Amino acid sequence: MLLDRFTSFAGGSSGSSPESVSRRTFLKAGAAAGGGLLVSVTISKAIGDAEAADADAFAPDAFIRIDRSGQVTLIIPQVEMGQGTYTSMPMLIAEELEVELNQVRIEHAPPDDRLFGNSILGFQVTGGSTSVRAFWEPLRMAGATARSMLVSAAAASWQANASSCRAEKGEVIHIPTGGRLAYGALVDKAAKLPTPGNVALKDPKDFKLIGTSAKRLDAPDKVNGKAEFGIDVKVLGMKIAAVAACPVIGGKLAHVDDWKAKSVRGVRRVIRLEDAVAVIADHMWAAKKGLAALDIAWDDGKNADVSTADIVKQLEDAANRPAVVAKREGDVAKAMAGAVKTVDAVYQLPFLAHATMEPMNCTAHVRNDGCDVWVGTQVATRARAAAAAVTGLPLEKVQVHNHLLGGGFGRRLDVDNITQAVQIAREVDFPVKVVWSREEDIQHDVYRPYYYDRLAAGLDEKGLPIAWSHRVVGSSIEARWAPPAFVNGLDSDAVEGAAGPYAFPNVLVDYVRQEPPPGLTTGWWRGVGMTHNAFMVEGFIDELAASAKHDPVAYRRALLETNSRMRAVLDLAAEKAGWSEALPAGVGRGVAVMFGFGTYIAEIAEVTVGKDGQVRVQRVVCAVDCGRTVNPDTIKAQIEGGIIFGITAALYGEITLEKGRVVQSNFDTYQMLRIDEAPAIEVHVIDSDAESGGIGEPGTSAIAPAVVNAIFAATGKRLRRLPIKPADLKSA
Amino acid sequence: MAYKIRVNGVDRAVDVDGDTPLLWVLRDVLGLTGSKFGCGMALCGACTVHLDGSPIRSCVTAIEDVGASAITTVEAIGDTPAGKRIQRAWLDLEVVQCGYCQSGQIMSASALLASNPHPTDSEINDAMSGNICRCGTYVRIREAIKQAAKSRVDK
Repeated sequence: MLLDRFTSFAGGSSGSSPESVSRRTFLKAGAAAGGGLLVSVTISKAIGDAEAADADAFAPDAFIRIDRSGQVTLIIPQVEMGQGTYTSMPMLIAEELEVELNQVRIEHAPPDDRLFGNSILGFQVTGGSTSVRAFWEPLRMAGATARSMLVSAAAASWQANASSCRAEKGEVIHIPTGGRLAYGALVDKAAKLPTPGNVALKDPKDFKLIGTSAKRLDAPDKVNGKAEFGIDVKVLGMKIAAVAACPVIGGKLAHVDDWKAKSVRGVRRVIRLEDAVAVIADHMWAAKKGLAALDIAWDDGKNADVSTADIVKQLEDAANRPAVVAKREGDVAKAMAGAVKTVDAVYQLPFLAHATMEPMNCTAHVRNDGCDVWVGTQVATRARAAAAAVTGLPLEKVQVHNHLLGGGFGRRLDVDNITQAVQIAREVDFPVKVVWSREEDIQHDVYRPYYYDRLAAGLDEKGLPIAWSHRVVGSSIEARWAPPAFVNGLDSDAVEGAAGPYAFPNVLVDYVRQEPPPGLTTGWWRGVGMTHNAFMVEGFIDELAASAKHDPVAYRRALLETNSRMRAVLDLAAEKAGWSEALPAGVGRGVAVMFGFGTYIAEIAEVTVGKDGQVRVQRVVCAVDCGRTVNPDTIKAQIEGGIIFGITAALYGEITLEKGRVVQSNFDTYQMLRIDEAPAIEVHVIDSDAESGGIGEPGTSAIAPAVVNAIFAATGKRLRRLPIKPADLKSA
Repeated sequence: MAYKIRVNGVDRAVDVDGDTPLLWVLRDVLGLTGSKFGCGMALCGACTVHLDGSPIRSCVTAIEDVGASAITTVEAIGDTPAGKRIQRAWLDLEVVQCGYCQSGQIMSASALLASNPHPTDSEINDAMSGNICRCGTYVRIREAIKQAAKSRVDK
């Protein structure tokens, strides 16, 4: 997957392998500017031991500042997009530093890869379910080191031995006398002490905060309207822009007649870009009215006649082209030839939009001597580079002010909105907030690729697979977004998990890259490669079980003999779901398992299929083993939300093209699951002290196959393509 | 033209075209950004505010149709008994994730609770199905409304 690829091209070890990732943490403590103690945290990444020994060679990944009032400020590169990072990261610090969670405040880090690289991905990014995995040890070590220095400073003040002192709730206590000194009073003294090496971390059994469902720190401002998302930015003198990009993918602006728009009250300027036109006004409504009053001629370009059917045909043809081998074990051809039975199938997944609730937006102010950008982004350094590229300014003259994200799901790993906003803002001498309409947001997304996969298996006399082949055909996101990861024509994300968590004796996974027409950009979407491959693999495995007349849970169990953690979540989910209990007619249960992001997950969906073919997911039971947990309630919340996200895609998600234009435009044509359709969800988290796995994405990845497998159980109809179409399931 | 509206108990004067949706008056003219833009077509509920206590989609409500009605936004909903209980339940059950849709969710839920102290599941569906949450917090929204219904009004 994405993570593996980043760590492997960086020379590190796999981010999703069950083995421990070896990284080293370096700390440096000293005086903070303006008083107080500053601890910088550096995580060695992908560098040999000799170099790693020299901590000065690295720039820090995070800072912890304790000021004279005792306030702890954590400056981290991670952004909050709903996943709870702004709570879990402070928990790691507070646990070892011995302060209350509400004593820790977070500041958005300014963009700087040198200062704030994510230790798994190698640059400043929030994605791939990596935050807790990257910072688990480093932030605890930073907290422990600061605590140790504060204790030493207090002991020196009392002329006592440090071992006679302990820290608690932001104070150091001298045990024999009961004397107390608050951290704030100790910071300057502590800052003069040498940084201790090898400070012991707490034994997990002594954790007071980690492992508890501590309250989210970002929640209070999100229930009273105070939370500031990128779209909420207010800058003095700012105007608002509405924008229309060429409706034909890849097309250009030919001509604009703007005299009517300029007479709309409140309209200030009409800005022409190569592929779009923007109207800047005093407020959004005036801008929208101005945009509607424009007479625009587009140059549709080469894609004027492109439809989804053309793209699917290209993928189908590409499936016959020579492929790049991703995984080869044993001899699949030979095993297939000797199999008692062979099964093959084509599985397909559509283009998908992200539809974050906060539509894409960006505010920019371009001056001769600098540029400010206000936005919510998962990639602050790329945001800065994008603004620098448009303006020609050096990087250090671009300031990115990062904000809360009104949903990310991968969309805010791209910076097209930032490039466009800066292009608009450089035409005027005041700040401009560019806000996309929902239609722009859906019709000019970077889409989850369309995948066209061929799967085949050879079965032995017991019906178990002795050969497995999976050919993945689709766009390469890595080739565009992370070119160093795209090696020898292989997109590691596209094939991640293409053989599932199973141990087949003979395996062949290969890949054919087939891009959609230029102008249609593909990008990361929640669950990335795993969401794609879990659907293909778990659907196909279910077919194999059915062809062998085996129970779907028992069949998977048999294939997971050597994978005890995977089998444990499968068993737990089956037990909690009442797998063996009978269901009424028209109701079916389906199962899917997945290992990805370092996390093992099993999901069982219970669905009803009406005579009209309407599918309703009424209950989902999930068992998950994501290793040790920082905040169990956040894990449940991420799984619940991930399941809803995945059901939305399974039932409704599909972006199609006609005459080069995206057909869907708003929530009426690109539907979201609503509360009246939401299933009951039970999440069972396995208690574990293994290394933490990611949790933002697994819930999404495993649900669609569980739903189609449940439909098969209910109706006998096998769906190999999403979204689910009621017309295919009508029984009347 | 100039309009006088009453927002969160305060009289405000704004000079915009009569067809300007209340949402953009609140956000771009008055700087009250708690009400969110999500779709512009009353499809998602992120812009929900109260007009004399009733939930409306401010993205499709023209300023000229507001008249003398009292507008309440999420910034002031905590001053109402139902709003306060809803906010507290939202925090108790950790409903929010990204939080962007939650202003609208809270406004819809507060209006429901103010008019129906003990809503059934199907009444919750009717009142809340116009509000989309992309993070998928529906399970908790339902539970939080039920908890708020059970909780006592502050004295």
